[in-house]
Amino acid sequence: MEEKELFVQGNEACALGAISAGCRFFAGYPITPSTEIAEIMSKKLPTVGGHFVQMEDEISAVGAIIGASWAGQKVVTATSGPGVSLMQENIGYAAITETPIVVINMQRGSPSTGQPTRSAQADMMQARWGSHGDYEIIALAPSSVQECFDYTIKAFNLAEQYRVPVLVMADEIVGHMREKITIPSEIEVVPRTMPEKVDNYLPFDADDNSTTPMPAFAEGFNVHITGLTHDERGYPSTDDPDVHTKLVTRLCNKILSKRNEMALIETEFLDDADTIVISYGIPSRSALTAVKQAREKGLKVGYIKLGIVWPFPEEKLLELTANASRIIIPELNLGQIYLEVDRVLGKHAKVELISKIGGALHTPDEILSKILEE
Amino acid sequence: MQKQEHPHKFMKYLRSERLPHIFCPGCGNGIVMNTIFNAIEMSDKDFDNISMVSGIGCSSRIPGYVKCDSLHTTHGRALAFATGLKIANSQQDVIVVTGDGDATSIGGNHLIHAARRNIDLTVICVNNDIYGMTGGQISPTSPEGSYATTAPYGSTDKPFNISEVAKAAGATYVAKYTTAQPVQVSMAIKDGLQNKGFSLIEVISACPTYYGRKNKIKTPTDMMNWFKQNTITLQQAENMSDEELVGKIVTGVYINKPRKEFVESLDDLIDKYSDIKSEENIKKAYMSD
Amino acid sequence: MRKEIRIGGFGGQGVLMCGIIIAKAASLFDNNYAVQTQSYGPEARGGASRTEIVISDEQIDYPKVEHPEIFVAMSHEALIKYIDDIQDNALLIIDPDLVYKEEIDNIIKEKNLVTYTSPATKTAQDTIGRAIVANIVMLGSFVEATNLITKEAAKEAILASVPEGTEDMNLQAFDEGIKIVEKT
Repeated sequence: MEEKELFVQGNEACALGAISAGCRFFAGYPITPSTEIAEIMSKKLPTVGGHFVQMEDEISAVGAIIGASWAGQKVVTATSGPGVSLMQENIGYAAITETPIVVINMQRGSPSTGQPTRSAQADMMQARWGSHGDYEIIALAPSSVQECFDYTIKAFNLAEQYRVPVLVMADEIVGHMREKITIPSEIEVVPRTMPEKVDNYLPFDADDNSTTPMPAFAEGFNVHITGLTHDERGYPSTDDPDVHTKLVTRLCNKILSKRNEMALIETEFLDDADTIVISYGIPSRSALTAVKQAREKGLKVGYIKLGIVWPFPEEKLLELTANASRIIIPELNLGQIYLEVDRVLGKHAKVELISKIGGALHTPDEILSKILEE
Repeated sequence: MQKQEHPHKFMKYLRSERLPHIFCPGCGNGIVMNTIFNAIEMSDKDFDNISMVSGIGCSSRIPGYVKCDSLHTTHGRALAFATGLKIANSQQDVIVVTGDGDATSIGGNHLIHAARRNIDLTVICVNNDIYGMTGGQISPTSPEGSYATTAPYGSTDKPFNISEVAKAAGATYVAKYTTAQPVQVSMAIKDGLQNKGFSLIEVISACPTYYGRKNKIKTPTDMMNWFKQNTITLQQAENMSDEELVGKIVTGVYINKPRKEFVESLDDLIDKYSDIKSEENIKKAYMSD
Repeated sequence: MRKEIRIGGFGGQGVLMCGIIIAKAASLFDNNYAVQTQSYGPEARGGASRTEIVISDEQIDYPKVEHPEIFVAMSHEALIKYIDDIQDNALLIIDPDLVYKEEIDNIIKEKNLVTYTSPATKTAQDTIGRAIVANIVMLGSFVEATNLITKEAAKEAILASVPEGTEDMNLQAFDEGIKIVEKT
């Protein structure tokens, strides 16, 4: 395929990224501001031999993509706050059954119906903790239309690699704005590997901190997949504390133990920085402008952008900020990832939040004034 | 006395390592499993090509004992999972096992929409008029006046008629029988399997442990007799008043009227707008291009 | 060179399409950088609607328009609603048949705005015969008045954006727009 340049919306870039990653199944339910993804998938999927289905609600959309994933497809759904809330039970099911799925959340003002057409980053904690129980997911936060494309592909690859739900935590601004994107001629895609058929095949016999190759239905493996606590055979084992401990610990550690390895961090001006602005998603755009303006004023300010927010790259961040005494984090919420940054970096640096809600993005001035406060 | 092995003819379809099962003595689930295997053998379907999906509840544990690919999902959502599983690989035959609470209470929305789409699923809805797994609460099909742990003074709700709901929503094959009619149930499941479209077989099943005990129909035999005494046919029901129909189990084939199947329609779109056939994309996640 | 542009009008005028074409021309065909954003929701249905574009020869970090230095007004309501944060000495292009200029004379004076007129709607109706291309007429005027995108890029972006079969009409509309724009 030849390299291509397009001028598209973030939503469209997500849809194109999904198809480029090999996704041939979408199930979803319309919701502002992610509806364009469903619309584009409904148009494009039939042209590449794929299936689109508009489900009756969001929880069934996740049910359908999990079913399709076990049939052997790479799958995605797209939604926003109210929809993500409805999806939670089945996201937990995907986590415990180790089903690769991708969920795109175009975050909007919340709680409840909130501000359908305005931006927010207030679902970041829900992304990690939204379903009940101890489990881990992966969450990426694109800050540009190009990243909507790139991170969606990355999300599919991570979902396959770790057999885990991956959330693309975008927002209304990046979903609706248009920019040029480059679709490269070669796209790296992680294919699934079919397990070997052996006697007494054990579908969930994984080492600590890892997972197993995922079988497909209708291949003769006769696997039993259940949301109940299960043993290596996949069979329910709901009374044995050891089985539960082993399973849930592994589900968490297969992600947490790779948090630095999979980190997706961009940095600028860190060398001599004593103040560092850490951001993710769309406020990164304002943050970078503000950091550049601060540098023009001769201030030693650095910039860190987290592409992957969950799992939180603790040790990587400690290393990058070791010489900083002040950390500033702008977020479109009342302080969510701030809590995590403070937990990890608060011992050696003063961590300050620039919270903004209401729908608009931080202006570079708002971040710059904070930088100048000290 | 020497113990003799008499393996049941359907043992080959079971995950014997998982037995004994968790069902109570007198539960209808055993009969239902029997009728499913019987139906598969009578039908033109190959057991090895069958995948099963279920939700949460006693009957939803059935697929866990069957030696096939099985997806034991979240409460009420079996049809949503089955929809994705079937669309993504329509070459497999998908049987959904669900209960009255699973299919018509928490999953009622998915039931009507799966029926509306006429997706090729064979749904066996095991209706015991009560929540058994959680210890005997009323369900959307519990008869008015029946007792349950959450209806200590008798149910005040009007119950659903699952088969009528499925028919009205657009299912192309719907039949209802009781576990006292295993032959009819088997035939209905067979017909459901062979119907290319949404088929629902409602099986009125006994829960002596909870429904029976709460409603003074204490033994499995009493429950069977209760079914037999109250079972009438659709034809008989035609000439009966609403008052006369109270407490009756109206059995028979509610609808058998094939129409265009959902995945076929999706694949028609692919044929029209793509050079790639949907079959070529089956298990695409495993392809490296 | 960061330039912030705002185009305001009412629903159905094609204001959004005009903004997309400008940004597409800048980024795909002039090889500059561009970001296009727009108002959504109830605000976008009827009443005043707007689209905003940032064009730059460097990567654009902050994607939003804060203080436009070019404001294209295709309706009076949008002009009044969105003019407040315009920069001093900004360039204002108005459709004189849809805007009561006398009502903003004080702002023009106060902010020292450079004002252009383009009777885009009338020209679309009378010269092209289709009111629907008023946005493309205005695009021609925008290009002529600002020189922010090249005419060639604008034309390529038009061809890449308009429905099949309407290319000639739209190119004609674009050329008319170039002709009719006047500094006041």
